Amino acid sequence: MKRHLFKYARGYKLETVLTPTFTALEVLLEVLIPFITASIIDSVQAGDMMGIYKNGAIMLVLAFLSLVCGALAGKFAAGASSGFAANLRSAMYDNIQTFSFSNIDKFSTAGLVTRMTTDVTNMQMAFQMSLRIAVRAPLMLVCSMVMCFVINAELSMIFLVALVILGCALVFIMSRTFKLFEQVFRRYDALNASVQENVSGIRVVKAYVREEHEDEKFRHAAEELRRLFTKAEGILALNSPVMMFVVYGCIIALSWFGANMISVGGMTTGNLTSMFSYVMGVLMSLMMLSMVFVMITMSAASERRISEVLNEKPDLTEPDDPIMDIPDGSIDFDHVSFSYAHGDGEETLHDIDLHIKSGETIGIIGGTGSGKSSLVSLVSRLYDVDSGEVRVGGIDVRRYDIESLRDAVAVVLQKNVLFSGTILDNLRWGKEDATLEECKAVCKMACADEFIDAFPNGYDTWIEQGGTNVSGGQKQRLCIARALLKEPKILILDDSTSAVDTATDASIREAFATKIPGTTKLIIAQRITSVMDADRILVLDDGGVSGFDTHEKLLETNEIYRNIYETQTQGGGDFDEGKEGGN
Amino acid sequence: MPGPMRNRGPRVKVEHPGRIMKRVLSYMLSNYKWHFAVVLVCIICSAAATLRGTLFMRTLVDDYIVPVLNEGTGDFSGLASALASLAVTYAIGIVCAYGYNRLMVTISQGTMRNLRVQLFEHMESLPIKYFDTHAHGDIMSVYTNDVDTLRQLLSQSIPQLINSSVTLIATFFSMVFLDVPLTILTLIMVGVMLCAASKIGGLSSRYFADQQKDLGALNGYIEEMMEGQKVVKVFCHEEKSVERFRELNSRLRESANNANSFANILMPVCANIGNISYVLCAAIGAILSLSGHWGLTLGTLVSFLTLNKNFTQPVTQMSQQVNSVVMAMAGADRVFRMMDEEPEADNGTVTLVNVRENDDGTLTEVKERTGNWAWRDDKGGEVKYIPLRGDITFDGVDFGYTAEKTVLHDIKLYATPGQKIAFVGSTGAGKTTITNLINRFYDIQDGKIRYDGVNINRIKKADLRRSLGMVLQDTHLFTGTVMDNIRYGRLDATDEECRAAAKLANAHGFIKRLPDGYDTVLTGDGANLSQGQRQLLSIARAAVADPPVLILDEATSSIDTRTEALVQEGMDHLMNGRTTFVIAHRLSTIRNSDCIMVLEHGRIIERGTHDQLIEKKGRYYQLYTGNAIGED
Repeated sequence: MKRHLFKYARGYKLETVLTPTFTALEVLLEVLIPFITASIIDSVQAGDMMGIYKNGAIMLVLAFLSLVCGALAGKFAAGASSGFAANLRSAMYDNIQTFSFSNIDKFSTAGLVTRMTTDVTNMQMAFQMSLRIAVRAPLMLVCSMVMCFVINAELSMIFLVALVILGCALVFIMSRTFKLFEQVFRRYDALNASVQENVSGIRVVKAYVREEHEDEKFRHAAEELRRLFTKAEGILALNSPVMMFVVYGCIIALSWFGANMISVGGMTTGNLTSMFSYVMGVLMSLMMLSMVFVMITMSAASERRISEVLNEKPDLTEPDDPIMDIPDGSIDFDHVSFSYAHGDGEETLHDIDLHIKSGETIGIIGGTGSGKSSLVSLVSRLYDVDSGEVRVGGIDVRRYDIESLRDAVAVVLQKNVLFSGTILDNLRWGKEDATLEECKAVCKMACADEFIDAFPNGYDTWIEQGGTNVSGGQKQRLCIARALLKEPKILILDDSTSAVDTATDASIREAFATKIPGTTKLIIAQRITSVMDADRILVLDDGGVSGFDTHEKLLETNEIYRNIYETQTQGGGDFDEGKEGGN
Repeated sequence: MPGPMRNRGPRVKVEHPGRIMKRVLSYMLSNYKWHFAVVLVCIICSAAATLRGTLFMRTLVDDYIVPVLNEGTGDFSGLASALASLAVTYAIGIVCAYGYNRLMVTISQGTMRNLRVQLFEHMESLPIKYFDTHAHGDIMSVYTNDVDTLRQLLSQSIPQLINSSVTLIATFFSMVFLDVPLTILTLIMVGVMLCAASKIGGLSSRYFADQQKDLGALNGYIEEMMEGQKVVKVFCHEEKSVERFRELNSRLRESANNANSFANILMPVCANIGNISYVLCAAIGAILSLSGHWGLTLGTLVSFLTLNKNFTQPVTQMSQQVNSVVMAMAGADRVFRMMDEEPEADNGTVTLVNVRENDDGTLTEVKERTGNWAWRDDKGGEVKYIPLRGDITFDGVDFGYTAEKTVLHDIKLYATPGQKIAFVGSTGAGKTTITNLINRFYDIQDGKIRYDGVNINRIKKADLRRSLGMVLQDTHLFTGTVMDNIRYGRLDATDEECRAAAKLANAHGFIKRLPDGYDTVLTGDGANLSQGQRQLLSIARAAVADPPVLILDEATSSIDTRTEALVQEGMDHLMNGRTTFVIAHRLSTIRNSDCIMVLEHGRIIERGTHDQLIEKKGRYYQLYTGNAIGED
């Protein structure tokens, strides 16, 4: 695990430090046990009853202490690792909250969820393993070696040879499998991606009777995965025979040389038995190390994904001396150019120069990709411009406190979301302490009151996650009401009434005109009827302003506008909308 | 449509773990019986080799070292050959160890492949209803999480459990052989160990259940907030959102801490009770040996101490495996649940065949593709060929996604070959539902749907669907080249035919401008294409299939005017000469239709041509003139 993530153990430093400390103590105590066993065995040989009692008692105490240390280490490890995971999640979540829209665009929702759940759990396990085994194994190795040398330096040479052999073998196995496992996991992801594709596209699969075709593709992919997996794990299967080879080799060598040494009085039988124990200790710890290595390799992908979120820097910065008050709802675009990639790549908007008075109602129309959504998102500074200046109330948006600006500029997004909670809870996102009366008033304006009143629980109706239990049109009206509750100086509707029928759409606009005349309204729409009666209509084409005038004037002067008008009213248009003139 | 049922967080409780385990094992054994038998033999041999080594300690000490020490003379002539024979035993043990480890890889990976393939094939056979009523995330998690826990079970837990139990049994008999009193002592200590393990394990699994619940709650919250992150931004709701997150996060931290604490304590407790057992054996064995009871020699004691370690270690390992086995059982439960879902039933016998028309007007079935199709009906032993024409009738059809709630009432309609039928009406009126019935994505509750006079229930589903083309509102493309995606419509289409279809669908122009033309690889559901381009491709896909009947769901989502004109034209080309059911949004489509069905609340309330309906001044007229007042 890389160092930089270790800092997320803060707040759990004590546990983080105590875990290896107690682990170390446990190891030291465990290492002493075979040493004392040797004394007991020698006492038996010497017929020393007292020695047996004494050493037996010492060993019992040691084992008890070791138990306590081990248990404490385990407990602290759990505390440290769950704290670490919580901090990691929290840090990610906090950082995501600072993300601007362009940061959010980079990650998919599902991606973010996986990063904060599965990936964090992987890291938690890796962290816990690191704290316990990464300390335990090397320490065990060193201590066992030291003890061996203390007992008999000459015989310990056998260990050195064994260590070298085992080390080489492990390095060979690990380096071979590491690359294979990387391939395996890539295949695995691809396999899952194809399942995902089938789950979401099942209607296409079934409609074209392609079940068998898909089965065949999947069988092929699964077989390929099996082949690679078998190859990787087949090499890994060498691990334990190699270890056994080394251990058995040591035992045979120890038996021969040890017996000879004992016969010439170089060591005792007890010493020999404790050497046997240490052999196991040394080799087991090496195996554990290689296991940790595999674990950490597997968590490397998780770590990378988490770091991506943590290292993502919000690309909007608060001004040093922020202005908190927005004087009025006027909007000026001063030769604005904008691209999502900032500088490189295609410009989404170029050289937009517009001036909108406070209280005006502006309709915005244009094809997909003409830059409508991009244009309005600059007003509440969801993105920063590349060049030029966007001014609200005569002041550059970049000089406002972001929260104050967004309170004054309410946006109803094209892809809008309701949250699980009552209707009232959802509305109060707009204004936390709004009274029921205030909520009712805005719902009336957004024409949402009728259907809310029709629900048995009225304003206390529970909205499911994602608003799945209300229709598209109802959802849109609730979202508009929620935005109205902010009493904004500027209200932006980004294609927010597409699922609402034409008549309701018209009465919502009517309510805007009479109830909130002072609010500047920017209305993006596909239907020409939704924008026709605006004070002025902005026609966007390919990131530039094609026309900006009243309906009548645009009909005369603007070809794109006239085209849209004609196709929508004379045959090519959208049926679900109202017709004026018709055929 | 019923909303997706979401079950948050993995269920921890499994109802019949024994039965599930048996099923998992039978999966493994069905294809790898002999492999597995060899594995068992290898494990036993390898354990025996280890055991022989342990017992050799006794020989070493009693037969060689002690006499040397007592008599002062070294006679190690026998030792060399004893060690050599031990080396041979060890070599066999090592070979066996490699054998079973390697074989286990083959078995577990092979079983995993079979399991995956079977799971996938079964999933493909499930009815659309399954996908409509299960959250896609939950289906995916069966593949990503549950199958993975099974992999760990097969490749790690099961071999380790077998190995541990073999070691345990072998060691037990050796201990009895060496010394009975010390064996009893060891058994008592193992009893203590098991007691402690089950106590701690019980506490741990209770907290694990809490942890899963809290994890589920947190996951749900994160999912919801991430989905609405942009809304959070525009409402400056960040602090609120963090507040609730903190609460859930710290709750999870606490339960994770508890659950892991107990799980972590388990191992050192078991291991150290093992140590205590070792110490007691050493001390008591030493006393017994000194006092000369039961003839316990020093060599026996040394061997026994190693056996003691060998006996307690597998117990510790097995207690550690318990948790992962429980988790794997929960995963297996979900895997099997999906496998046990009822596949799409198909009782149809009428098939679609290629025919050639004889001079006398009769039809002869042929193998090759002729472009002429007929329904082959074997009813009553007599083979009858009915030419495929695209004649569809609905007669008094009722339908509901659930038995309790009927969403379509008494639908009657009639489409003669080549006719274009448009469905209009507000969202939720039942337009999409009707199209789901023609291809039998869902089965009707009452009434009849006939295709060229044949009840569609009697037609084999695959053949029925092959005769219907579908262009859905949400286009789904597959990983592969543009050409592959077009060919999805008909797998044996030549490149030329695919290009022709693309031209017909107006897709040729943009495909040519792609970096690699028709060989451009699409990934992630065609994420690198625009919405309009994806629609053009799905039209081309339907065009290459060249079916007599089309079901079109016109996209409402607005695409730019130029592409929209292309899509419109492509659709028109495609509809030409085919019976078409279209869920219409565009005025031109509707006006060109032979018959317009106006749907409301699952009933056809008006029908007729555009002019007739305008004249009628009913609901259609209201919709058309935009004076409709009402709910969507």
